[in-house]
Amino acid sequence: MKLSTFKKGVHPREYKQFAENKNIEKMGLPKEVFVPLIQHIGTPCTPIVKKRDVVKAGQLIGEGKGFISSKIHAPISGVVKTIDNFAHPNGSSGQMIHIVGNGEADWNADPAENVDWEKLSKEELIKKVNDAGIVGMGGAAFPSHVKLQPPKDKKIDVFIINGCECEPYLTADHRMMVEQAEEIILGVRIIMKALDVTKALIGIENNKPDAIEIMTKVSQSYNGITILPLKVKYPQGAEKMLIKAAVNREVPTGALPMDVGAVVNNVGTAIGVAEAVVKNKPLIERVVTVTGDGVKEPKNVLARIGTPFRELIEFCGGLKEDAAKILMGGPMMGVTQYTMDVPVIKATSGILCLSRKSAPVLEEYACLQCGTCVNACPMNLLPTRISRAVDYSKFEMAEQLGAMNCIECGCCVFACPSNIPIVQKIRIGKLKINELKKS
Amino acid sequence: MEESKQNNQEEQKPKLEKPAAKPKPKSKPKPDQTFILSSSPHQVKTDDVKTVMKHVNMALLPAIVASVVYFGFRSLFMILTAVISCVLTEIVINKMRGKQFREGSAIVTGILLAMTLPPTLHLGFVVMGSVFAIAIGKQIFGGLGYNIFNPALLARAFLQASFPVRMTTWTNPSTLDAVTTATPLGGLKFENIVSPYFDMLIGNCGGCIGETSALLIIVGGVYLLIKKYADWRIPVSYLGSVVIFGTIFWLINPGQYPDPLYHLFSGGLMLGAFFMATDMVTSPVTPKGSWIFGIGAGFLLVIIRLFGGLPEGVMYSILLMNAFTPLINRFTRPKFFGEVKK
Repeated sequence: MKLSTFKKGVHPREYKQFAENKNIEKMGLPKEVFVPLIQHIGTPCTPIVKKRDVVKAGQLIGEGKGFISSKIHAPISGVVKTIDNFAHPNGSSGQMIHIVGNGEADWNADPAENVDWEKLSKEELIKKVNDAGIVGMGGAAFPSHVKLQPPKDKKIDVFIINGCECEPYLTADHRMMVEQAEEIILGVRIIMKALDVTKALIGIENNKPDAIEIMTKVSQSYNGITILPLKVKYPQGAEKMLIKAAVNREVPTGALPMDVGAVVNNVGTAIGVAEAVVKNKPLIERVVTVTGDGVKEPKNVLARIGTPFRELIEFCGGLKEDAAKILMGGPMMGVTQYTMDVPVIKATSGILCLSRKSAPVLEEYACLQCGTCVNACPMNLLPTRISRAVDYSKFEMAEQLGAMNCIECGCCVFACPSNIPIVQKIRIGKLKINELKKS
Repeated sequence: MEESKQNNQEEQKPKLEKPAAKPKPKSKPKPDQTFILSSSPHQVKTDDVKTVMKHVNMALLPAIVASVVYFGFRSLFMILTAVISCVLTEIVINKMRGKQFREGSAIVTGILLAMTLPPTLHLGFVVMGSVFAIAIGKQIFGGLGYNIFNPALLARAFLQASFPVRMTTWTNPSTLDAVTTATPLGGLKFENIVSPYFDMLIGNCGGCIGETSALLIIVGGVYLLIKKYADWRIPVSYLGSVVIFGTIFWLINPGQYPDPLYHLFSGGLMLGAFFMATDMVTSPVTPKGSWIFGIGAGFLLVIIRLFGGLPEGVMYSILLMNAFTPLINRFTRPKFFGEVKK
């Protein structure tokens, strides 16, 4: 059978072997956590606790104004030491609530209090998702309750679950599908009810046969849920590419998935939704893959939000001596870190530690106009021409060439024989175009 | 102007590697280790430009062997002379422009130029052509990647325009003497002599040192296509359109015009189709553009061969299409993913 996929894209080496067969390990409670007020797309949270307040694990500590925002909760019980600016894993710094643990009771769900979700209405389900601070856990961290409430004029007819995990190295989604298939399917059913759809597709890249098998087995007993094995290709897990592969619809330029009747969520998000609705559990922990050839024991770790990278890396045996690069996320779109003192946030799917050998600084050559980037770009742009327009500060031209359509997947740079930082230049171009538009 | 832009660009490059701004958190984390900072992606394919150039040179080997077999070691000297003068010119000009010699594309230019020269040409002209190819053909536009025309072909056009007689003195490969002979195309055009197909296929006929053996050029060319170092669309569309337009004229008047096979295996068409037209810098980047480029070159070639003053049209057909490349690129932009028709 021919596997569905999208056009173009690239095939990076997978490097999944580091952690793909390692069970998710629960890490002990961190001594202190740093909870950023902005971890999601939308308005930042305002803290509702003060310095020296005592908080309990799971307690609401920050709330955002407006529709597109999310809530944050205390990941551990303790005392608010301060609310201040700390290094943020997105590369800048941001306001964070610093909580020092006091050893009080941890968050614990009482199975007797489990909620019978099938009795709840659509609105009640969505409210619970909002109250738990669930966001997209694939990396973008878009507030989930927003996705579940499309405007009345957009008819959603299909729900797609992203189990592609197309980034090399990362294995968190893979392990969740193998170990927590029941919860994922439960989450899918809840979201299907909230969205009022009868059809759900779970896209999984074909390099995870065990996940496909288990997910198929678990989903069989429910109507409307189909497992869709997909071709292994980067960026298969990009929202637009996944929709193309799953239901052959192209999200128009500047539009959202809901404009083509689809909603996409990550498998981790499905688990978050299931726990939020059934166990009333806020999003205070997530699975993080700590991997790469720069860390001693690569693992998939269930860690509290706000745990410093340093503690997680130490939990995995610490860094090897030749470790040279630390990333949040995968090697294709991850963000480099200059310190290990940044916290895990809701969107941290992995911490990738690369050795000097795996993080080479490459020599850049002249652009040969070879068109390799053109054949790699999943958005069908002409990366070489956009980057050259940016070189010459011709931002209007860059915009005409579709710079704003760039999803920054990095396929062009991956494929470029001249090692030109094409996508980096396009990013600069996008910033400049936005600046010009504002002025 | 081009020069100054180029320099600015060079200066900006290091900035792109570093993050936009170092965050300044109030509680400074202790710098226990320095990590490499760069903007994503962090994983890349291993093939770089040097590898590409190496493979192009490898692909040219069979044709070089053929040139030695048919025209003796003199052709090897010509190739070496061209390569050395190209590389030296490149080094000198790069030094003047404050750049490094890195990509090795001058070697390819040298080999290709030598292969399009007649076997009797004095080495002095080879040097002159090589200097022209690098200095005027490439560096004056801003160096590799910025030239409009294929440097080797441009240099050949320069030599042909300046020294028309020397550039069209051919020898018979089998006897290796200086007795002038005719190329298959020249013979057909001016003396109405038809060369045997088999000789043209293996290269046993008059012509430039590297263009006569169609067979060995195809071997190298197919290697390039399989390795994906050349866009298959260009040779396919170029050769295809030569066959189509050649057939049309042959059907109109088989007595006057040669059949399409004769077109295919004579002159420098194979060398041009696999190694000159596919030059990445001077051919379009879009897939649709590659088709237009090839078809246009094929059409021009047939017109020049049949109705032009010269017997051969490969050089001008490619150079003319090179000039159209920026326009073709502009008008064949692929539809964006999700682009809505306006």
